[in-house]
Amino acid sequence: MSYRRRASPLHAARASVGCGYCAALALATLLLSAPVALGAVVVSIAGAAVGAGVVREMRRAALLALPLGLLVMAVNMLVAQSGLTVIARLGDLPVFGQTDVTLEATVYGAVLGLRAIALILCGALYTTAVDPDEVLALFRRFSFHSALSATLATRMVPVLARDARRLAEAQRCRPGPPPSRARLMRATTSGVLDRALDVAAALEVRGYGAARRPPRGWRVRRPWSRHDLAFAAAAVAIVGLSVGARVANLLPFQSDPSLHAPVGAEGAAVAAALLICALLPFADHRGIER
Amino acid sequence: MSVLSLERVTYSYPGAGAPAIEDVTLDIGPGELVVLAGGSGSGKSTLLRAANGLVPHFHGGVFAGRATIAGMDTRDHGPGALAAAVGTLFQDPETQVVMGTVRAELALPLENQGEAPAAVARAVEEAALALGIAHLLDRPTAELSGGELQRVALGAALAGRPKLILLDEPTSQLDPVAGDELIALLRRLNEDFDAAIVIAEHRLERCLGFADRAIAMRRGRVVCDAGSAEFLAWACDAAPELATPGARLLSGLGLAPVAGVKAARSALRARGLLPDPDPFAAGASVQRDRKPRRRAEEPALELDRVWHEIDRGPAILRGVSLAVVPGERVALMGRNGAGKSTLLRHAAGLMRPTRGKVKSSGRVALLLQNPTDYLVHERVAQEASPGALATVGLGDPALADRHPRDLSGGEKQRLALAIVLDGAGGGAGGDLNYQTAVVCLDEPTRGMDRRRKDDLAALLRELDAAVVVATHDPEFVAAFAGRVVLLGEGTVIADGSPAEILAGGTYFATETARILGGAGGALVSEQGIALVTGPTGSAGSAGSAGSAAPRAEVRA
Repeated sequence: MSYRRRASPLHAARASVGCGYCAALALATLLLSAPVALGAVVVSIAGAAVGAGVVREMRRAALLALPLGLLVMAVNMLVAQSGLTVIARLGDLPVFGQTDVTLEATVYGAVLGLRAIALILCGALYTTAVDPDEVLALFRRFSFHSALSATLATRMVPVLARDARRLAEAQRCRPGPPPSRARLMRATTSGVLDRALDVAAALEVRGYGAARRPPRGWRVRRPWSRHDLAFAAAAVAIVGLSVGARVANLLPFQSDPSLHAPVGAEGAAVAAALLICALLPFADHRGIER
Repeated sequence: MSVLSLERVTYSYPGAGAPAIEDVTLDIGPGELVVLAGGSGSGKSTLLRAANGLVPHFHGGVFAGRATIAGMDTRDHGPGALAAAVGTLFQDPETQVVMGTVRAELALPLENQGEAPAAVARAVEEAALALGIAHLLDRPTAELSGGELQRVALGAALAGRPKLILLDEPTSQLDPVAGDELIALLRRLNEDFDAAIVIAEHRLERCLGFADRAIAMRRGRVVCDAGSAEFLAWACDAAPELATPGARLLSGLGLAPVAGVKAARSALRARGLLPDPDPFAAGASVQRDRKPRRRAEEPALELDRVWHEIDRGPAILRGVSLAVVPGERVALMGRNGAGKSTLLRHAAGLMRPTRGKVKSSGRVALLLQNPTDYLVHERVAQEASPGALATVGLGDPALADRHPRDLSGGEKQRLALAIVLDGAGGGAGGDLNYQTAVVCLDEPTRGMDRRRKDDLAALLRELDAAVVVATHDPEFVAAFAGRVVLLGEGTVIADGSPAEILAGGTYFATETARILGGAGGALVSEQGIALVTGPTGSAGSAGSAGSAAPRAEVRA
């Protein structure tokens, strides 16, 4: 999974705005606990993936995130003993001891799992839709080396994936029983270290080691496009809605001692507003080039 | 003042028993184009790394002497500081391009130097125009081909207008077309930018023609530093592995060697030794090959109308039919993307055809492009059986306990070949060739010096199995193959003997064939000499080098 420029409104927005938009979605995920709100955020992210044309990559990320979400849910279900509504008595389990599974712990686990999935999807959206070179330029004045390392990591993902495919093919060409996983892991690690050494040498001869902090105002200012404005407004609106809903407790959620998650008209309105704010910028396709 | 000055430089890598370069003294002036020649492990790459400050700052080790680049002593200035004066291009384009877009890549070295935005933008545009990559500026680097990536990396090396450009085998990962384009580009840049260029290259025939000087290295020492013609005269006498095929041809005819096809042709023409080109050497052979070949033996490998179509993508192979009999040595040629590697993968069963069939009479051993991918053990002896190691020339007991990744490039190649050929899968007493009907190799000569290529060609000739090699190297093809299959756009566009396919062309031709214009189908210098000094003085007969039976018909 890596960034590739596409003809979408999100790709057309500047990196700072793209970062802000993804961060706003992530913040909403962290601030809101009600299942309906989290559901709205996840649907927003899925809609953004469709609007940005990165469905395939996001699907892959979702497939990786789903087991993690289920694991979080399962662990919470077994470990948390809070809640009054017992739905299963598992008896005395090794490690866990006397275990009663409650509806409250299960739902809270599901909320945590959903939150983990949403955060991973926010990260995936950022990776696929925000130009890492522009991000590097943004952070250049503050921490150039860290930003370049992050950019490099993104760029190296497909290279290392190709290396892994090559290694797997080579192992299939070996006659006899395949080597053990430990051996393969050692060989793979050696290969990655070789790659890292080559990249480090290339960076050195490009002047990385002597990189200077750029002067103030070193970047050419470019005017804000309609997409910059739309996604910036969307990010501000998402943050505002999330903070407002949290402070005003418009979407209450309680899982201990019993489940309490009423969805009133205000809560439904907040969820709908989140969805609309997140997806509205994708409606405008003017002035986009690949 | 010299751009690069080395004074008695001696350097050893950390933990190394012997110095990689020893007592090297040389000066390179502004605008000079210097070719660095020498076998693998001779110290070329280390010398280049001493010239850009990676030695000793990046690699560590023990450094003695003085290296000065554009007035900066490398003992006081690291590679970061030297980057303003030196641009470097390494072999592998994948690991040199670090940014997401071409524009960002070209801008990075200038931004590192703290240049003003206007200066960065102008330099990026100029470098892109000079290299013919202006249309790529906003393309993601992940979508570029190897040749394009190498151009972009060269652009990044050039963008800061360095006084010295160092290139370490820049064409070794490229197909011949992209390689020749890169070399031509360097020639033009040398004239336009007035930067001194030092290029380490194994295929000297590519660049000696326009070099001002050639420096030969052996065991870390400079053994020759002279103009191209003097260097070739020295090489023919003292280091035949460094002599170009053209130089060997002229030397064999008693003429002074010169660099470049055009100069060699002129030298032959001046003596009245240039034979008439054979009008049937190349183009007509393709027509002749359209007749189906009749082969008495059961094929070791047979591809029957094989298609490989990518889901929602192009067709890589389009109905390829190919039969290879036991003992036959076939070279697969064609530009990058022609389908060579895909065909080999189908032969070895790594891929399934979307249409058509692949049959083989036994196991198909496949050696892919990167031999390091095959190495998973801690000792050479664990990787393959003693029999297999001995057959590939790695039977020396001193090698048995070495770590496979510490071997040289050529040794790794041979070790990987031993692994894929080894029927016992690495156990003792393995039987080489055990049930191996076909041996396939994908670009086995990348980055190999001539001596190692000759060794590999000799090894392939000794195998009983059918051999299919995908390669861009016409000199290697002339040395080992009995048949050449030329692929284009996933189809077989020519299939014939090396003399039929390789003589008379430009990109898929040996230097001897290019000098002689395809006359008599001569591919290597020995054949060329026989052709020119034949019984009638202008005709003779010659066989393809390394093959038992003569194949090329020689015409007056």
